[in-house]
Amino acid sequence: MKKILKSSAIAITSVAVATMAWSAHAVDLNVVSWGGAYTASQINAYHKPYTKKTGVKINSIDYSGGLAEMRAQTEAGNVTWDLVDVVLSDAITGCDEGMFRPINIDKEMAAAPDGTPASKDFLDGTLQSECFVPLIIYSTVFAYRADAWSGKKPTSIKDVFDTKNFPGKRTLQKSPVNNLEWALLADGVPLAKVYDVLDTDEGKDRAFAKLATIKKDVIWWTVGAVPPQLLADGEAVFGTGYNGRWFSAIAEEKQPFAMLWDGQVLDIDGFAVPAKGKNVDEVMKFLKFSTDTQRLADQAKYISYGPARKSSGPMVSKHATLGIDMGPHMPTKYADQGFLTNFKWWADNSDEMKERFAAWLLQ
Amino acid sequence: MTDQTAGNGVVLAADGTPLKASLNRALRKNRMRALLLVAPLMLFVLFSFLIPIFDMTFRSVDNWHVGTLMPKTTVALADWDGKDLPEEPVFAALVADLRAGAKSRQIGKVGTRLNYEKSGMRGLITGSARKSKKLKDGPYKAKVLKLHKKWGQLETWTVIKRNTTPYTIGYYLNAVDMKYDKNGEIVMQPENRRIYGKLFMRTFAISLAITIICVILAYPIAFLLATLPLRYSNLLMIFVLLPFWTSLLVRTTAWIAMLQSQGVLNDLFVFFGMVDDDNRLQLIHNLTGTIIAMTHILLPFMVLPLYSVMKTIPPTYMRAALSLGANPVVAFVRVYMPQTLSGIGAGSVLVFILSIGYYITPALVGGTDGTLISNQIAYHMQSSLNWGLAGALGALLLASVLALYLLYNRIVGIDNMRLG
Amino acid sequence: MALPSYAGPLETSWYYAFRLICACIFIFLITPILVIIPLSFNVEPYFTFTQGMLTFDPDAYSMRWYEDFISNTQWTHSVKNSFIIAIASTILATILGTLAALGLSNANMPYRSLTMGLLISPMIVPLIISAAGMYFFYSNIGLDQTFLGIILAHTTLGTPFVVITVTATLVGFDHSLTRASANLGAGPTTTFFKVIMPLILPGVISGALFAFITSFDEVVVVLFLAGFDQRTIPRQMWSGIREQISPTILAVATILVMISIALLATLELLRRRGERLRGISPG
Repeated sequence: MKKILKSSAIAITSVAVATMAWSAHAVDLNVVSWGGAYTASQINAYHKPYTKKTGVKINSIDYSGGLAEMRAQTEAGNVTWDLVDVVLSDAITGCDEGMFRPINIDKEMAAAPDGTPASKDFLDGTLQSECFVPLIIYSTVFAYRADAWSGKKPTSIKDVFDTKNFPGKRTLQKSPVNNLEWALLADGVPLAKVYDVLDTDEGKDRAFAKLATIKKDVIWWTVGAVPPQLLADGEAVFGTGYNGRWFSAIAEEKQPFAMLWDGQVLDIDGFAVPAKGKNVDEVMKFLKFSTDTQRLADQAKYISYGPARKSSGPMVSKHATLGIDMGPHMPTKYADQGFLTNFKWWADNSDEMKERFAAWLLQ
Repeated sequence: MTDQTAGNGVVLAADGTPLKASLNRALRKNRMRALLLVAPLMLFVLFSFLIPIFDMTFRSVDNWHVGTLMPKTTVALADWDGKDLPEEPVFAALVADLRAGAKSRQIGKVGTRLNYEKSGMRGLITGSARKSKKLKDGPYKAKVLKLHKKWGQLETWTVIKRNTTPYTIGYYLNAVDMKYDKNGEIVMQPENRRIYGKLFMRTFAISLAITIICVILAYPIAFLLATLPLRYSNLLMIFVLLPFWTSLLVRTTAWIAMLQSQGVLNDLFVFFGMVDDDNRLQLIHNLTGTIIAMTHILLPFMVLPLYSVMKTIPPTYMRAALSLGANPVVAFVRVYMPQTLSGIGAGSVLVFILSIGYYITPALVGGTDGTLISNQIAYHMQSSLNWGLAGALGALLLASVLALYLLYNRIVGIDNMRLG
Repeated sequence: MALPSYAGPLETSWYYAFRLICACIFIFLITPILVIIPLSFNVEPYFTFTQGMLTFDPDAYSMRWYEDFISNTQWTHSVKNSFIIAIASTILATILGTLAALGLSNANMPYRSLTMGLLISPMIVPLIISAAGMYFFYSNIGLDQTFLGIILAHTTLGTPFVVITVTATLVGFDHSLTRASANLGAGPTTTFFKVIMPLILPGVISGALFAFITSFDEVVVVLFLAGFDQRTIPRQMWSGIREQISPTILAVATILVMISIALLATLELLRRRGERLRGISPG
């Protein structure tokens, strides 16, 4: 019996050793991003030129956002990611909890071609966390099926809540974020006042009450690829989604959709460096390269997200393969019709609002 | 071999030692061998499963944040009576802790933890920590009060003081829709934030519904399988076993293809004119979809135990009842059904246990009203990162499953569990 | 329960009604699984039958989703991962589970019920809870997002099946055979491989099959523990269903159904062999 035990122990160890050796294949930098067309645009604009220039291999890893994996890796003291593409709100939380490394934006990042220091070159309001280097401005915005209401065209966010004149299903993200703001806008609250109203108990009730008026017409989505698909299948007539996804549905797949820029919610996406990463020095070089003026402008050739640097703006030209002018598809062009998410408000209120939202869905 | 008896009447074994001692030794050796055989798996399960489960349960009460990251404030608040705002020493301790926390970049964890109990604490803590570097020397009370008006509110301090203890029941309160109010009393959440209690109730209700539907559907086919000649029943058994052996994701995908509005069933309804083409039935991403798909997935777990019980019931009893003049229905209900109760019980407990912990199918076809408590656990693990609450919800779910499992053990006995 | 010749009209109609009800339930069980097979050959990117498919137009059918499956590196990668993880965890689970079952079937094993309960607890505890616990603990010790972590987790989930099937085989095991073997001079190892193993082999193999399918089909633990590199087939199907519903999933599903049929056939053969040797009751 002892022999059996011994041989099984050897078997277990050899399996363990073999799998460990197998999983630890050598990579240079692990860069984590959202996958799909977005990662593809980064590979084309950042990774390939960098590898060509330095020979450093970039291993591209997909994730679905959020800080769960980052927090697990940090707690375990086994951080395998070198650079993470995060939304600003996650960067703020991760920075406060010590997951990300603070970055001296002027010293460590490239200046604009004309010498303007980086901190002045990034768009106003994008440098809200010291652990975050902005890459793009994207927006969460409504699109609709242009053929849904023969002739009639929705022009404002109020039309989304008007099921009489614009009947059909709407598909919204299963989250209170943005939806509460839109409900207030549709209820007549001016853009500049949205968060002031939302900060009061009456304002919260008002937002939920307005949202309730279309509740039975809503299909809730959780994954960004879903809303364009629902519109394409005719299952919904209005949908909220990331503007880049709407762009590829309209421009690349020729879907009969149109954008409703009114009420678009701008958000910022960028890179953060895990504080306990294994290749911090190496990754800072890549970060400096990938966030310079040229690289950010290049990325806009592949996807319709606005570059976060002022100096990149004028360099945005035509789509790399479709040859269409990218300017009119940038959310930054319609910035006055929308607003920037209030990260601070959501940082304080998302726990409560998400619970209330979940309870509201159950009612 | 003849027994050898020593002078004092003790029976001896062949080697001359007392037989009793010899037997005991053999018994001990045997027992050791059994233990050694079980030990590797026991240790493995302990390490890979039991400790992780314990770890999860521990997280649901663990409350290290304030005590560890704000040690000075914790000490200073120890004899605060909670009636008025604390005095200068507490504020000085707070400033020292906030500075240290800002420097070590850990203070956000305190903010995150306290924000679960009161909205706004995250911004208050992280914002004040950032500004704390600029505070010159004390006295600090007036300066801190100027940083944010919430430092002047008693409730802020009550929340902090409550969480200086290393363990908390806060997550469990949250998991049963309760909370501490302004004065630190435990009260129900306001109606519009009650969710977990409802979800638990709903999970139990849906599981019960699925269990009942499974009994209704499984009973006739188990009866048919048990009474048909073996060569037919073996063939029909494939209809039960093939779904049983088919991947869960495959079956869920199949139901999406069947039920979606442009799917097979709706096409059939439209073809037969039962439904208008513009008015296709919504069969998926709601409660209906969850119940249909889960019933299909769990039905074999009901059929198999029922079948094995029915197989053992001799058909002679029914025949005897009939020949004694009983009405067939009465004979069935009074004679046959009682003998199948143990099978119904075993299958029901099994299906119920499996369905209250289900995650994948409700997440894919459940929409908003077809999701279960496990979906909330996954949400708090992966999205909201409130791991304490995920742990508390998990521990409550685990407790209900274990209770049911003990019931199952009473009915069937784990030793009698059969597969395949 | 054939219909007796003296049955009255009421009994006759009930007899056929009952059969009809049973037929409906069997159809409910099998249809979804059968429906996906033709749908996976759909030339159009839809989840439903097209006009062409219904009229058996050969142009309405194609292998394009199978080609997509084979040429897509994410899918082929996941196939490789699934097999590595399932085979490694099956080997581990079978060894550990068989040894434990041998110990458990020993009449002198102390605290038998309690031990059995603990050993098969991974089967009873809802997966979401196991996954949550493992996620917290494994990430604490750096085992998350590694193959080793997932293999250990799947081994844990698979062992109860091995323990149960092998214990069941050992219920009717005649222990005098091992004593006879020992009396005839065989060492414990020889006894194990020459006497015990052949008799419990059907139980061990069916336990191993259960462990294999448990790992091969498992997605909840993988969702929490796996990184992008460790994605398995079910994990890939999960994101396929959530993100882009393409009939490639149906092609994969069809292949998996074929694998289940093969497994089912193997088990049936084993069961018959086992029944011949000593009998495991089905169900």
